[in-house]
Amino acid sequence: MFAAAAQYLVSGLTVGATYGLTGLGFTMIFNTTGIINFAQGEFVMLGGMMSVFFRTWLGLDLFSAILLAVAVTALVGAAMERLTIRPIQGSSPINLVIATIGVSILIRGAAMLLWGKDTFSLPPFGGTAPIPLFGAAVQPQSLWALAITLALLTALKLFFSASIHGKAMLACACNRKAAHLMGISVARMSLFSFALSAFTGAVGGAILAPITMTSYDVGMMLGLKGFAACILGGLGNPFGAAVGGLLIGIMESFGAGYVSSAYKDAFAFVVLLLLLFVRPSGLFGKSGAERV
Amino acid sequence: MLALENVDIFHGRIHAVRRVSLHVDPGEIVALIGANGAGKTTLLGAISGLVRVGGGRILHKGDAIQTLSPDAVVRRGISQVPERRLVFGPLSVEDNLLLGAYTRRGRARKADVAADREAVYDMFPVLRDRKKQAAGTLSGGEQQMLAIGRALMARPSALLLDEPGMGLAPAVCKEIFRHIVKLRDERGLTVLLVEQNAKSALAVSDRGYVLETGRILLQGPSEELLANRDVQRAYLGRERDAL
Repeated sequence: MFAAAAQYLVSGLTVGATYGLTGLGFTMIFNTTGIINFAQGEFVMLGGMMSVFFRTWLGLDLFSAILLAVAVTALVGAAMERLTIRPIQGSSPINLVIATIGVSILIRGAAMLLWGKDTFSLPPFGGTAPIPLFGAAVQPQSLWALAITLALLTALKLFFSASIHGKAMLACACNRKAAHLMGISVARMSLFSFALSAFTGAVGGAILAPITMTSYDVGMMLGLKGFAACILGGLGNPFGAAVGGLLIGIMESFGAGYVSSAYKDAFAFVVLLLLLFVRPSGLFGKSGAERV
Repeated sequence: MLALENVDIFHGRIHAVRRVSLHVDPGEIVALIGANGAGKTTLLGAISGLVRVGGGRILHKGDAIQTLSPDAVVRRGISQVPERRLVFGPLSVEDNLLLGAYTRRGRARKADVAADREAVYDMFPVLRDRKKQAAGTLSGGEQQMLAIGRALMARPSALLLDEPGMGLAPAVCKEIFRHIVKLRDERGLTVLLVEQNAKSALAVSDRGYVLETGRILLQGPSEELLANRDVQRAYLGRERDAL
């Protein structure tokens, strides 16, 4: 009984770490440009799929393959901003959001043509011998996933709170006009935020691939879960997005274990809906009131 | 120092600013007054590089700057305190000031920036008391002080102020204007002051321009404009019947 709960908790945290990383990607773009990037899930897919691709086709070792995949995905993110967001940057946020949906369909289609519809897997980073912990068998990969998420979260937190560039990115989201008047290049910040969140998403995809397998269409559901993580934690709050992701992962895992795995994907969204009725700004979100 | 030559600005098909020429000499406070929608904010936007001019030139120290990007204009030494202050609400007072010095990055300038920040705190002590507080929680007057302090952090030689008195209590408004005069007197700052409140603006400025539906209607020394019957009727809400 207790062992089962511990097992569900560990697997929930592992998957939740990826949701959290996806959520962080949403947060970064939202914090800089004020839009929701619905291609975020595709960045996660690209991170996983390209790691597989670089490893098997180019014969790279696991570590270099992941590094290259993450770098290329960051470039894809930057290219996306340049080619689809920058040309229409003056238009309303809803137009920009729809453009991101278009990009996500494009990336998914291209991935399908390139790699086919099969599922692929990556070998785990640090062996397969499970580590017993409170009666649960913990895969080393789970620990890797959690450790990498924690490290990235800390790094991003420091970037936004301690570096002038991070603060400048936040300033762009607060008020573009004021950011311009401070001499901040809003266009460069927007480009950088897309590259950075593609990077974060790709890391999430690469650490998830050994656990859940990957295919050209995993981005859609991961994107939705990551978005849910953001909303749950309070949109715009990086810490909230990470915690939201972990919570959603845990709820899914317990729901699948104790109720039915057929409804696995539904649990997260039901809880999200309930929360939004009670606290529309999310768990860690600030209320909308602001003095002027 | 700063001059506009026959500037035309279009918003789509609307001719928002029509052949406007004006100049601000070094160390001068020049007021630009006019009703809502006269094109005042648009003109400041053009100087700061936020709005593109349709014709004419904007000169700063003799160079045409109308095609520069906003960050290049800030680096040249022209800072703007925007309408409605636009402080970065969720960020702390201190971070707002640091972002004002965004164009002055780098290790070498760190000490300079810190010294300038202290100077802003000395000028507005209330900001020092609230430096860790989110800027959005400050009162209107405090936000205006922060917006001015933030603009000063770029070490400008010219400051553009867009309606600094808007929505403030008369006493607070007076204090803000007093600081503007002090900045000119102590630092030799050149100021272009846009106001709907013509009386306060003309009281502190050396010269003034009256902008109406995108055109300069009147210009001259501030005392003359204050005494002008048309200005009194249109912007001061009274006629000097005793004359």
